[in-house]
Amino acid sequence: MPTNSMPTDTAHPLHGLAWDIGVPKPDATIVVDDLVRSFGGLTAVAVEHLEFQRGCITGLIGPNGAGKTTLFNLLTGFDQPNTGQWSFDGRPLGRLKPHQVARLGVVRTFQLTKALSRLTVLENMKLGAQDQKGERFLNALLPGWRTQEREIESRAMELLGRFKLDAKAQDFAGTLSGGQRKLLEMARALMCEPKVVMLDEPMAGVNPALTQSLLEHVKNLREEGMTVIFVEHDMDVVRDISDWVVVMAAGRVIAEGPPESISQNKDVVDAYLGAHHDAPLTVEEEELVLAEAEVAIAAEKAEDADLPTETTRGL
Amino acid sequence: MSELLDILALSVKSFFSQSAVFFALMGVGLNLHFGYTGLLNFGQIAFALLGGYGVAISVAMWGLPLMVGVLIGVVAAFVLALLLGLPTLRLRADYLAIVTIAAAEILRLVFRSTPATPVTGATRGLSNFGGDFYALAPFETQRTYEFLGSTWTGREIWACLIGWILVTLFSLLIWQLMRSPWGRVLKSIREDEDAVRSLGKNVYSYKMQSLILGGIMASFGGMILVLATGSANPDQFQNANTFLAYAALILGGTARVLGPVLGSMLLWFIIAFTDAGLAALIRNGIIPDEILSSPDVANIRFILVGLGLMLLLIFRPQGIFGDRREIVLDAH
Repeated sequence: MPTNSMPTDTAHPLHGLAWDIGVPKPDATIVVDDLVRSFGGLTAVAVEHLEFQRGCITGLIGPNGAGKTTLFNLLTGFDQPNTGQWSFDGRPLGRLKPHQVARLGVVRTFQLTKALSRLTVLENMKLGAQDQKGERFLNALLPGWRTQEREIESRAMELLGRFKLDAKAQDFAGTLSGGQRKLLEMARALMCEPKVVMLDEPMAGVNPALTQSLLEHVKNLREEGMTVIFVEHDMDVVRDISDWVVVMAAGRVIAEGPPESISQNKDVVDAYLGAHHDAPLTVEEEELVLAEAEVAIAAEKAEDADLPTETTRGL
Repeated sequence: MSELLDILALSVKSFFSQSAVFFALMGVGLNLHFGYTGLLNFGQIAFALLGGYGVAISVAMWGLPLMVGVLIGVVAAFVLALLLGLPTLRLRADYLAIVTIAAAEILRLVFRSTPATPVTGATRGLSNFGGDFYALAPFETQRTYEFLGSTWTGREIWACLIGWILVTLFSLLIWQLMRSPWGRVLKSIREDEDAVRSLGKNVYSYKMQSLILGGIMASFGGMILVLATGSANPDQFQNANTFLAYAALILGGTARVLGPVLGSMLLWFIIAFTDAGLAALIRNGIIPDEILSSPDVANIRFILVGLGLMLLLIFRPQGIFGDRREIVLDAH
């Protein structure tokens, strides 16, 4: 049973696991094997073996173009791989369509929020509920769906209250701010009563004040027994909430382990600093860069000191 | 002054005319496709053609009862929707647009081709299939009636009456559907398909249901048209009519239950009014013959209607019944 404990806690299910790529988890929910997706000559994803622990928050990080979103798309049926298998609770997910994956309880959000602009916030929420009688054409014409609709509405209002969007329930979703849309999308995903929530950059474009409340919401998902997998660029966020971190670069998993292990990993530092300077730096990486810069400056100074003598000599 | 009243009376008749009914029925279906589901159907006329010919061929060529003809028309529209939807609804919206526009042209050209003569009557079309329909009228259809200050034949009244009853029924159906969770899924698909997929809804199936239902509504429009005009002719089903139906829909306001209905009535009112008005102005010498002569009116009226629609879109893009806020959101 997951608790609020930090990964360092001895009670934590992932404590003591080797920090190896593809390490088996004690209670894996999603298992990926030899998953390859290439676009023409570019291999976007090539994951040999990866397991996600049930009831934990797993952070998926990596420089831009590492294949994180493609992996998300593959796991949720929005894209199909060239080869490979992956399963959810032992059930193979290959060739399932997005809505079929969602019905199994694996629900995702999107990097670019997909709020349904010209529907009200409440309607957005109600859409998320599963097994609605009134969503069948013939049933829609009969009043039979109204009882269920009332239940869905009260559940939606309760969730909106938790996400502090209840005052906006009757507004068009298109009038919400970027951060509120992120909240709405997360709340809407919860209407599906998912087992696994996959969040694609939940904090992107959200102001710092809202980030804290979003973080709390993500942690609450774990408290409720859900498995959370999220893609994020902000290292502070990753360190704060993840139980386990998977690092991808150029389509491959290059490291995995508890958050504190990642910044010490040489492959990870290389992946970030080698070719992709646009990714946010960790403190350790920043120190590394600073040290390198200081060496360079010192060398330059030494050169400068040499210069005058050389010029005099030339004259 | 009396001339002005005549023009008005004539224009008022066009509110309820067979053209208004026909475009209202096509428009209600288009509203379901375009306004609610976001499907770009540019060949709505093809569904009307199959409906109209379904009745005409069944009754005139095969000697079947009227009701069987209606059923055949509906089934034909259903099959067309399946054929158009199966390959395209998994793809982006523009693929459906291209396929529907092509299908509408193909169907019209096949129906008017010479080899099709034994079935469709080719360019001459079909007639003499409305007997059963007019026999159903509870009043005398052979004489004329005074109604709203203008003269109507009994046949016109019967065809338009049935047409408007259908419009009412379909509008009620749309109204009920759009209050239901089914309608909510459709509107969500219009906003963002992928979001709806990620929430466990089979988007493909909903788009297909929408295409079929809206197509069947248009097929009834085609039936009313051929029954009211007394003949089924391929050139009644030019695809320009699809775009006129779009004009009516946008004029009234998309994604509003009454948008296409009132839009269609208004469109034909405006067309009839400019037509009669211009003719009167020329007749009284207010517009000199050198500038505009009466034979030109038929062309100039569409130019004026087009101008009016452009002005409407500039100053009231949401249409007459639309919600301004939705247009503002759309710009994001």
